[in-house]
Amino acid sequence: MSPLLRVAGIEKRYGARIGCADVSFDLYPGEVMGIVGESGSGKSTLLNCLAGHLAPDAGQVIFDTWRMGPVDTVTMSEPERRMLSRTDWAFVHQHARDGLRMSVSAGGNIGERLMAVGDRHYGRIRAAALDWLDRVEIDGARIDDRPSAFSGGMQQRLQIARNLVTGPRLVFMDEPTGGLDVSVQARLLDLLRGLVRRMGLSAIIVTHDLAVVRLLADRLMVMKDGRVVESGLTDQVLDDPQHGYTQLLVSSVLQV
Amino acid sequence: MSDYNFAYLDEQTKRMIRRAILKGLAVPGYQVPFASREMPMPYGWGTGGVQVSAATLTPEDRLKVIDQGADDTTNAVSIRKFFERTAGVATTEATQEATVIQTRHRIPEAELTEDQILVYQVPIPEPLRFLEPRETETRKMHSLQEYGLMHVKLYEDISQHGAISTAYAYPVRVADRYVMDPSPIPKFDNPKLEMAAVQLFGAGREQRIYAVPPYTRVVSLDFEDYPFEATKADHACDLCGAGDSYLDEVIMDDAGGRMFVCSDTDYCRTRREATA
Ligand SMILES: Nc1ncnc2c1ncn2[C@@H]1O[C@H](COP(=O)(O)OP(=O)(O)O)[C@@H](O)[C@H]1O
Ligand SMILES: [Mg+2]
Repeated sequence: MSPLLRVAGIEKRYGARIGCADVSFDLYPGEVMGIVGESGSGKSTLLNCLAGHLAPDAGQVIFDTWRMGPVDTVTMSEPERRMLSRTDWAFVHQHARDGLRMSVSAGGNIGERLMAVGDRHYGRIRAAALDWLDRVEIDGARIDDRPSAFSGGMQQRLQIARNLVTGPRLVFMDEPTGGLDVSVQARLLDLLRGLVRRMGLSAIIVTHDLAVVRLLADRLMVMKDGRVVESGLTDQVLDDPQHGYTQLLVSSVLQV
Repeated sequence: MSDYNFAYLDEQTKRMIRRAILKGLAVPGYQVPFASREMPMPYGWGTGGVQVSAATLTPEDRLKVIDQGADDTTNAVSIRKFFERTAGVATTEATQEATVIQTRHRIPEAELTEDQILVYQVPIPEPLRFLEPRETETRKMHSLQEYGLMHVKLYEDISQHGAISTAYAYPVRVADRYVMDPSPIPKFDNPKLEMAAVQLFGAGREQRIYAVPPYTRVVSLDFEDYPFEATKADHACDLCGAGDSYLDEVIMDDAGGRMFVCSDTDYCRTRREATA
């Protein structure tokens, strides 16, 4: 099996400051990669470089596209990259309002990607929206409500539905459970785990919460000061951390 | 007669506007930025349309100005007077006799010809603005033909009202390329956007000009299961009996009396005179 994503030597600087540097890894189809590290360690910078939101200063992000095979998404044209991000990719923001259209109904939010790729049948779009509301455990009766009337947890689930409706192959998530109450987090994690397993999704999840990666990630990368200091299978890294920094993370000595 | 240059604007400004018009005609439906000038009338009174007309008119032209289909509203009368005074051009209320027609909110009922130019006054030229307020983003969406959002708006319409309730400024796709706001004409007029005349659109406050050349394909957006319909009041005109024209509902008294009359006053009068 060939990797879905090959990341090689990604580096991003903000002036003289390093956002992230020298990051390389492969992600295979169906795999979930967790990225952990304290605040400011470069997790979001890396994720945004991978998802095409930020242009890295160096490195390659080679994605195995459905049509053209492996392509470096850093150098591909912007229209192609934007098309990828509406079809093969999904991006779940920490703050649901960054990933939702707050003035559009729940159904319209879910339907947008379908319409963006050319679906012109209202009944079919509506049926898909209802199906996805159900899959993320939102009452179908709320389909015409705006997300502003939803709780934080519901908004986040709606954002997930809106992203997954076109059957993407790779999902980027930046602190998907951040800012939610603990009980709401647990439900969301459970839901995410079910979706990832059932759809065979590949995902890259950035979080500072080790419980999230413990539950969702097959593999783990630990970042510090923009660089990866340790990586491996999630259980191995968490149960037998090799790097001193990871040991501190795991022992909860570090407030992350 | 006047202290002004012909049609008020100086020649250099008119050349600048004509360049924008030509570019608009070369790229149908594309919004061309232009340096809108102060006009001696407030925004919302059609300063965009007036500037396009000023750059289009020649001394031989015969101008017609309509507002909601009527030649005699304050807005139409004042724009007509403006050009009578500043350009000394002939004016008319007869659609067929006009060479340049400036309009707000309607397309005349009479079929226009290749010898005519229709100038629209446009308040908001950007059809994507409703859902995407960022100008940098809407420009990108146009250049990449990312028009899914237009259908999100129609989806919202159907989900809230059971049908596409957008009745004015109904979005169209021009020449299979740009999505365009046809200005707040009733959607009844949309099929007429495919016509023999040149159509020019001017937005003064927003500083945009766009155009539809003669015989250009113009398609109203819709869904397969909710097809576009050019609807009008289900009546005939109470004055001329026309069953094919767009009607205004006029309240006659406070006892609920009302009548339906052609919004195109010239069309209505011509029909009545023909049968009289
Ligand atoms: N837009 C920016 N401009 C300048 N520095 C930035 C910017 N975004 C992030 N940084 C810096 O880059 C480093 C990594 O930040 P970030 O990727 O947000 O980390 P994390 O997501 O792990 O908290 C930090 O030192 C941060 O201050
Ligand atoms: Mg972050």
